This record gives sequence, structure tokens and C-alpha cells, in this order.
Amino acid sequence: MNFGVVIFPGTWSDCDFHYVISEVLHQPVRYVWHRDANLADFDCLILPGGFSYGDYLRAGAVAGRSPVVEALPEFTARGGLVLGSCNGFQILCEAKLLPGALMRNECLQYRCQSTHLLVENADTPFTRAMRHGQVLKMPISHGEGKYYADAETLRRLRAKNQIVFRYCTEDGRVAKEANPNGSIDNIAGVINEEGTVLGLMPHPERAAEAAVGGTDGTLILHSILGTLVEDGSFLKR
Amino acid sequence: MTAAEPKVTLELALAHGLTAEEYDRIIRRLGREPTFTELGLFSSLWSEHCAYKHSRVFLRGLPTRAPHVLQGPGENAGIVDLGGDLALTFKIESHNHPSFIEPFQGAATGVGGILRDIFTMGARPIAVLDSLRFGDPADPRTRRLIEGVVSGIGWYGNCFGVPNLGGEVAFAPEYAGNPLVNAMAVGLVRKQGIFRARADGVGNPVFYVGAKTGRDGIHGATMASATFDETAEERRPTVQVGDPFTEKLLLEACLEAMATGAIVGIQDMGAAGLACACSEMPARSGTGMEIEASRVPQREAGMTPYEIMLSESQERMLLVAARGREEDVRRVFAKWELDAVPIGTVTDDGLLRVRFHGEVVAEVPVKALADEAPVYEKPTARPVWQDALEAFDPLSLPAPPDAGDALLALLESPAIASKEWVYRQYDQQVGTNSLVLPGSDAGVLRIKGTRIGVAVTTDCNARFVYLDPRAGAAMAVAEAARNLSVSGARPLGLTDCLNFGSPERPEILWQFKEAVAGLTEACRALEIPVVGGNVSFYNETLGQAILPTPIVGMAGILDDVEARCTQWFAAPGDRIALLGPDTVSLGGSELLWVRHRKVAGRLAPLDLQVERAVQEACRAAIGARLVASAHDCAEGGLAVALAEACVSGPRRQGAEVELGPSAARLDLTLFGEGPSRVVVSVKAEGVRHFEQLMSEFRVPWRWIGRVGGERLIMKAGGASVVDLDLDRIASAWRGGFERYVS
Repeated sequence: MNFGVVIFPGTWSDCDFHYVISEVLHQPVRYVWHRDANLADFDCLILPGGFSYGDYLRAGAVAGRSPVVEALPEFTARGGLVLGSCNGFQILCEAKLLPGALMRNECLQYRCQSTHLLVENADTPFTRAMRHGQVLKMPISHGEGKYYADAETLRRLRAKNQIVFRYCTEDGRVAKEANPNGSIDNIAGVINEEGTVLGLMPHPERAAEAAVGGTDGTLILHSILGTLVEDGSFLKR
Repeated sequence: MTAAEPKVTLELALAHGLTAEEYDRIIRRLGREPTFTELGLFSSLWSEHCAYKHSRVFLRGLPTRAPHVLQGPGENAGIVDLGGDLALTFKIESHNHPSFIEPFQGAATGVGGILRDIFTMGARPIAVLDSLRFGDPADPRTRRLIEGVVSGIGWYGNCFGVPNLGGEVAFAPEYAGNPLVNAMAVGLVRKQGIFRARADGVGNPVFYVGAKTGRDGIHGATMASATFDETAEERRPTVQVGDPFTEKLLLEACLEAMATGAIVGIQDMGAAGLACACSEMPARSGTGMEIEASRVPQREAGMTPYEIMLSESQERMLLVAARGREEDVRRVFAKWELDAVPIGTVTDDGLLRVRFHGEVVAEVPVKALADEAPVYEKPTARPVWQDALEAFDPLSLPAPPDAGDALLALLESPAIASKEWVYRQYDQQVGTNSLVLPGSDAGVLRIKGTRIGVAVTTDCNARFVYLDPRAGAAMAVAEAARNLSVSGARPLGLTDCLNFGSPERPEILWQFKEAVAGLTEACRALEIPVVGGNVSFYNETLGQAILPTPIVGMAGILDDVEARCTQWFAAPGDRIALLGPDTVSLGGSELLWVRHRKVAGRLAPLDLQVERAVQEACRAAIGARLVASAHDCAEGGLAVALAEACVSGPRRQGAEVELGPSAARLDLTLFGEGPSRVVVSVKAEGVRHFEQLMSEFRVPWRWIGRVGGERLIMKAGGASVVDLDLDRIASAWRGGFERYVS
């Protein structure tokens, strides 16, 4: 099971994901430079947080057109999984690999804080180690994390069960006061229709050890590992 | 001299901020009149900001050595040993003037500048802190400044990818026309990977790397060396514009280039830009440097060599590479899409020679620029106002009618209230090393792959310094060290940012001299070396000087990061102890300010031996894992420390304490401020051992109560004097700051 952590100019959660995968979960992991479109060695690619290209145009806009991102459709078509967190989620939306868009936080300020997430779909390769309705604790750190999708897109997301995480209170209520950035419907993370690309604004890598933010973030990685171990054809490829 | 350049005259020199004597000195040193470019070089390098002309004589007594100090003052940043092959580098710097003129960019580039100081040493930045001072929080202009400064700091640090681990925000009317923005950065470096700002090796190529040069920030160093008047707004063009994305690329490229072994020395181009780097680097090495200014990457057309040398464009570095390794440097910087252009070579003639399209436009001994600025010992005079300040007795004013109401008023005072509104705009966790986030007495980081941790803080109560500069500055050192100790860390070194008014006024220079003496005394007694710092004079607008504000930034080590401590009560049943002396004062207290808008009176005495014992005892008790919480008593005294311990943590805890029968007035007991005092809560199973430790360290201390319940109850001689619901305490403390900014 080989993880790749993608580095764009301006990425900063690369080291944190790398550390969690190699030192906490003891899995093989390598960095992938943004110009590198050869993904044959990897089973799961992570697009980490940061400010790729400074987010000067729109968050994720420039990185969304980089060689590594352009190679993702082919990568997922042959069974690869893609996880985008924070800036990675923004990049995936900009590249149209995920529906919707991420806009400036409603409070117009950057927000770094703890949030709670309600698991809305535990039947994906990224969430199968969780329970439907489970509440996870994971921090956010972003200025442009307000998820938006038009009514038709939202309807389809709901119909296909693509809304994976929603911001909620500690006791699991999806409420306005639990929404840190004004995301529509409290949406914190969505998956593509095929179930191969997950994006979320919170930082699972910052919730991977008890001493720093708890361990709920590892459930995503454990889910991925479980999937790939079960799916023999993918592993043997 | 090129034809387009103005003729250098005394008038032009004066307009550059030099004095007639200094101009004369330059002519004598050169044996001729300087060229226009040379005048620019001298005016920048000899500015107060770069040359410490007025402060140098006073700073000589500061203790800067210790066995664990790997680099003291004089480099981009100081370095202390963390054991093994690791070292910690840190420094604090001011960006006050630019932040007043353009709050967002001024504060942002302050963060950018201090980060470059850290990574030029070969270190990866692991934390930033920011110490801020503003005028009256109720003034809408203050609100605009806070919003700009905080979002600027956040924008730069967040984009760059470094966690913000602490700092302070305080207010006084004296800062209205001259806010303070001091930024501290901390980095981790392997001992064999330390780099210095040297130009060794005659014939080695000199590379310009990073962003292109524009006309921004020309004479920024000179601007920082003058007071403000009503035309301050017109100086906006001297404020630089930051680009944290380029800085992030520069960080990665520099560290990667350093790892190739091709780099000999490197210096940030901060204040006075190329002028400073091209003279300081060879001056440190006893070499010279020749550069061709036209080769400097430029983003504006038609720049003159004068402008190129003095530009303070951000995100640039000067590096000296090993001859023959040029390709390694180029390759790394090309990967990160940054310019890396050879602009000159290291020479053996001790001169900085600047050519422009071949023609020599400046040829000056590097030592004349970097080391021979005049040193002044200007007269000092104890201000006439000191007597009246000392004579005032705060107890001549009536006590607050209700102690509980007074406590709530203090908790919602913006100086004391929670600063979450500020730090939730900063990334506090990137790097996944932050074990104690902002909101406790110090930030604590783990160092991956080791058992150790690092704690960081910035502190200064400027009211105390104003009332008694010597004692107040010593208390700033003591408080910073205490904040580390109550977190479980042993102080390793400090960096100071000395913010004062104009040194040309004897009263201000007296404040400075006394404050430095106080820093020196405290550093010696607590054995904490000063490894770097910054002096910021001329913090005045229209003759109104700021409160003397020597900010102390400090870093310490936890030998076992598992044995760390936070300020909030943890569990019902834990016993509460008060460590330290009972001598407190309402002089300069937050109570006196909140109730009477007055800053006056005498300070409680600081006994540095008691301070040291309290801190050692604290660290020992935390190290033995007896302590569930430890919190420094600062602004607002014991009552505020207790209230904060109740509501600042993840789970609120009530408490009941007995202050004991006392002859002192109740408001003095509750809200009086004094050094060396710490509120700790001790786990039941640790009580016996804790008592032994306290007597071993000969610390004045006593049990005062127990954690538990839904209220904070304080009794004096059995009679209830404060009895407040935790909700009321929490809402006062949580909302006090925010109501001024939202």
C-alpha cells in the first residue's frame, strides 16, 4: 500500500501527512512533486493543505491545472484513491474532480479552531472504519472554506449520498453555531460519484495522535488501508 | 558618479537623516566627498535602526554568554543548544512604524522579516509569536489598526506555514499614535547545519536570490529612525509589500541549497537591503565585496544604483557560494522558480565596490559602513514626573464597593480578557508539534524524534516599566521566565525588543538606561543569557512617547515534554496552593486603570532569589508530575489568576479558596499585583511530595483551597468576599476583548 503526498509550491501540510503515514501508521509513503505526472507507483495520493501558488488567484486555482492533478482522472480510473484536505479540497474543486466550490469564510476572517464532524456516509473507501452518525473531532485552518454548490448540484449530492461530513456540535447536532465558515448545509467534505476522490476542509493529519488533537483523523487513513487490503486486485496490480 | 545623480552636499546629507558631524566624519573617513550612492549607503547603515548609535553603550553589560549559547547577539538570530545535535534559534524584532502607516502590510512584513532571520541560520521556523500594543481600545482608529495588524500577521504566517504559539495584546493611550508590532520567530536547526552571515573565501561568487527588487521600502531604516508627525500617512510608499508565498519558496530553496554544501554564508536583505548585506557580510569576515548592481533582478524599469542598493523589497537573500558550486545553487532555486543571479564576488581589499554597467558608483571600506558608525552616549535625566508617580498611594482611593463586580470588570478589561479573537485567525497547529496552544502562560512544542519540548513566551508590563524602568524591566524578564517555568520549561535564553521614545530626549534615554540595567540584573540573577534582540527608538508621535516597552521574548526547554503543564484547573478535588510572597501593590495595577484610569504608585518589590526559588520549585513539582495546573499571577492579581484557571481550559472547573485573615485591604489582597506568584493545583496523590518539595526549595507558599463545583468562591477569614457563577466569569472573560473589535 503506497501513499504519495503531493507537494505544490506553497504546500505546508505535506510533512505532517508524511509523518502520520510513516511514523504513526507505519506505511510506505513518498513525496510527489507537482510536475510529476507518473503515478504508477502509488495506490493513494494525498493533496495536503497549504497555500499553493499563494492562493493569489483563487484558492487552488493554479494548482488545479498542474501536471499531477491532470493525471488524477487516469489514476482513479485504474483504482487509485485521492484524498484532498484543506487546500487539497480547494484544488480538487478547482479541477472539477469534485463538485462545488470553496469561497471566503462567511466571517471574512481566517479560522483555526477545533470542529466536530458528523459522518453522513460511512460507506466509502475513506470512511468505512467509521459509523454513520459518528461525531469526529478535527481542526480546521483556512480562510476560504465556505462550501457552495447550486441547488441542482446539492440535490444530486444528496441523492447520491456524496455528502460525507457535515459540521456539527460536540453532541452531533448539525447547527448553525457549529458551522465555522458558513458552508451551505454545514458541508465539510464531499466525495465524487465514483467514490474515489474525497475532499474535506478539516485536517485529519492534525488529529492523528492523542497528544495533538486526538486520533479521529486516523480513521480516514485506516479506512483507506482497510479498503486496499481487502481489494486484492488493486493491491496486486 | 553618473551624470543623472544629484550632487552631494551637506543639505542633502541632512535630508538623509545624517547630522553635520556624521557627514563630516564620512568625508574624513573617505578622504573625499561621498558619491550619491555612497551617501545612501552611509545614511542607511548609520541609521539608528541599523547602527544602534544611541543604545550600544548601554547594552554592553547584558549577559550574553553561557555554555549552552552557540550564537549570541550580532548574527541574524541567536542560537542555544537543545542537547544532542539539535539547537534552537530565535529572535524578536519590531515593525512598529510600518504597521502604523499601513497596518496590514506593515505587520505582515514584520513577520516575514523575522522568519528570514531564522531560516538564514539554517533553521526551519517552528513558531512565531506576536507582541502588540495599541491605544484606547474604544477608539475606532484602534479597532482599524487591530484588525489590520492581526489579519496581516495571520495572512503572512498562515500562508508561509508556521504556527503562531503566543504573544500578548495590551493597551494604553500612549500607543495611540505609535502602536507596537513586535514579532518573534523560533527555529529548529541541526548543529552541523548552522549557517552564518559571512562572506568568506576570496573569489567566491555572491548570489542574489529570491524576489525581484523594486522601489519599495527605500529608506525604511531611516524612517524607523525618526519620530512621527501628522505627515506620517504620506510615508506609505516606504512600507514594503509582503509576499508570503515567495517567502515559503525561499525557505524551501534556501534549506535545500544549504543541504548541498554549496553555501558558504547567507544574510537576509531586511532593513537597508543590499546595502546592509553587502557590507555586513564581508565586514564579519574581514573581506570585501564587489557587485554589479545592474545584474540585480529588478521589477521596475530605470532603477538607479542608489535605489537598487537601498530598496527594502521583501523575500530576498544574499548568499555567498563556494566557487565551482554555482550550478548547485542555480539548480535548486530554479526548481523553486526563484531568481538566483551571481551579482559579484568576495574580494580581499576590504571594500564594498558597487558598479553599475561597469562604472564604479561606490567604493567604501565595508568596516566604515558596518562597524564605524558613531556611538553616542547622550545625556540621561530622571524625568520630573517620576516623583509624583512614586508618591501616589493607590490606597488613598476608595476600595471597589463589591469585589465580585470588580473581578468581572477586570475580566472583561481588554487587557485581561481572552484573546481568542486574535489567535483563532492564526494557524496554531501546522507542523503538528503544538502541544500547548495560545491561551495558556506559554506555548509548548514537541520536537519529533526526541523526548524534549520547547516552550516560548513574550512578556512585558509596560506600566511597571513606566513607573520604575529598572524594576519593571527586571519584572518582564522574571515574568517571561515564570511563564516558561509554570509550563514546565527551563529558560535557555531571551531576545529583547526594546521599544522606546526618542533617545535624544534625556528622560527617554534615562528610561532606556534604567530598563537595560533592570534586564541585566534579572538575567544575571536568573542566569538567562541574552542571545539577540532589537532596539526600536523614536516611538513618538507629535512629541508623545510610548510607555517604555522592553518586550522580552524567551525560549526554554522541557527535558521530558510529557511533563508539561497548563494554566487551567483540571479536576475536582485537586488542592490549590499559592506560591510566592504576599507583598503586592495596586501601583500600576489593572484595577487602578480599570476603575480610575490611572497609572501611578509604587511597585511590589522583586526579590530575584525568591523568584528563582519559586520557579525552580514549580519546575520540580511539574517534572515530578504532582501538579495539574500552574498559572502565573499577573494583571489583576490573585483573583484574576484564579478566575482564569477556572474558565480558560477545555472543561470549566469551579474553586473555593480561603485567602486567610489579613490586615490588608481586601482589594489589595484580591487584585494587588506583584512578582513571583503562582497559583498551582495539586493532585491528591501528590500533596505530600509537593509539600516536601516546597520546603526543600524554601519557597514561601500556602494551601488556599480546592478545585470543584460550579462557582468561584473566595473567602477571607471565613467570610465570603467573592461568589460568582462560572457562566458569569466565562462570559465576561470571553467577551471582553471581542466587543471592541466586532
